[in-house]
Amino acid sequence: MDDGKLKAPEIADYKTQVEQIKPQPKLLKNCVWAFATGGFICLLAQIIFNYLLASGLDKIQAGNSVSIIMIFLGALLTGLGVYDKIVEKAGAGAIVPITGFANAIVASAMEFKHEGYIFGVGSKIFSVVGPTLLFGFVFSVLIGLIKVFINA
Amino acid sequence: MPTSKKKGTQTVVFARPPGISSWASIVGPKEGAGPWGSYFDWRLNDYLFGEETWEKAESKLLRETVKLAISKGNYQESDMELLIAGDLLNQTIASNFAARDLALPLLGIFGACSTIAEGLIIGAMLIDGDCIQRLVAAASSHHYTAERQFRLPTEQGTQKPPTAQWTATAAGAAVLDGLAAAGPRITAVTIGRVVDMGITDAADMGSAMAPAAVDSIKRHLRDMGRPLSYYDLVVTGDLGRIGKTMAEKLLSHEGIEPYSNYKDCGVSLFGLKQSGVNAGASGCGCSASMLCGPLLKKITDGDIHKLLFVATGALMSPLSSWQGESIPGIAHAVAIEY
Repeated sequence: MDDGKLKAPEIADYKTQVEQIKPQPKLLKNCVWAFATGGFICLLAQIIFNYLLASGLDKIQAGNSVSIIMIFLGALLTGLGVYDKIVEKAGAGAIVPITGFANAIVASAMEFKHEGYIFGVGSKIFSVVGPTLLFGFVFSVLIGLIKVFINA
Repeated sequence: MPTSKKKGTQTVVFARPPGISSWASIVGPKEGAGPWGSYFDWRLNDYLFGEETWEKAESKLLRETVKLAISKGNYQESDMELLIAGDLLNQTIASNFAARDLALPLLGIFGACSTIAEGLIIGAMLIDGDCIQRLVAAASSHHYTAERQFRLPTEQGTQKPPTAQWTATAAGAAVLDGLAAAGPRITAVTIGRVVDMGITDAADMGSAMAPAAVDSIKRHLRDMGRPLSYYDLVVTGDLGRIGKTMAEKLLSHEGIEPYSNYKDCGVSLFGLKQSGVNAGASGCGCSASMLCGPLLKKITDGDIHKLLFVATGALMSPLSSWQGESIPGIAHAVAIEY
């Protein structure tokens, strides 16, 4: 380091050393938490789904209603400041389900409230889920095209 | 041409070392619940500090800390000729808005989490250079302003890796007085160089900053012709547990053995069991509050006579990270003796 300029081997060596001492995430514990939490969210949705079916809704109506209810629950728990604490433990188990998607949108909306409805909420509400939406749309078009070719 | 006060390549030794005549620190709830909680002047119960937004809360945090440092030293605000302040927010708004209410001349600075050391260095030079007699140096950080600027919305669920650090909600302010009769004094300072070892993981800033800290410590010791053991305590700013381990390795590699007299504010600020902390604390407020709380108290109590305070900063922005740039580190060393 003496002449002030760092040499490539020094940098490579440093990175290797850092990798060696970095504590690894507790994979097993995180997986168990993710499995249990994600499973619980799905179980809850399934119970609601079965209840709605039994109440006389057809499959499509019941499916849409479950999505709406789960999005509401995710949004509510975000507003109450609980959802981020669940994710801290459960990781992807709580991020991947639709409740996690609701969390990302509501968290952004809440965060940028103070910057006003145009430059704050309006322009930042999709700041986190924007990529998911964009690439979701792109892939839906691609898959739709593939289906057209298969059917043709 | 070497000047009379410059020593070696990066160090300045003061002819009339400015005194740190008064200081104050205010911390958030999590910091107050940590092992050093009782050493801080105020411990907030609420991250909003009675304000509407996180940014206003941080600005108030800084402003009240500056006021407290002034009043604790039995000064009036009008006794202060200058405020040197900085924070992590874009355009350093916490400091700018605090200074608006204080009506003090302001030098706004940015050194990421090393800001308080940068302020002390500039301040000490201005005083020893006979430009100014009394000034306040201050720095702040707020967990939630930092989260939303550098990472994600605060209510967004994320799982942080064990290398991540928790940005401290804290501020520290110190009054430097060229006429101080007794008390701790800044005897020498070493201005750090930007060192980049190619770390790109923004969730591991300790490893990115450790080489800068070691570089500044090494240069300070070489410029001053001192061994590390000259100091009762060498304390780095916010390397955290992983960064501190890397710094110890690098120091050993340089032939400097950091025995028990090396600590890190980022490791010390929070207890091991506190949730969400992972590798430790970070933020301008971390080193600023630890200096203007526990460390200066221990100096006046006589537990520490010679302190080398090496505040560290990670000089990246979200933009530079997205563009794939690595994280440059900086560290400034301030020798405080009593």
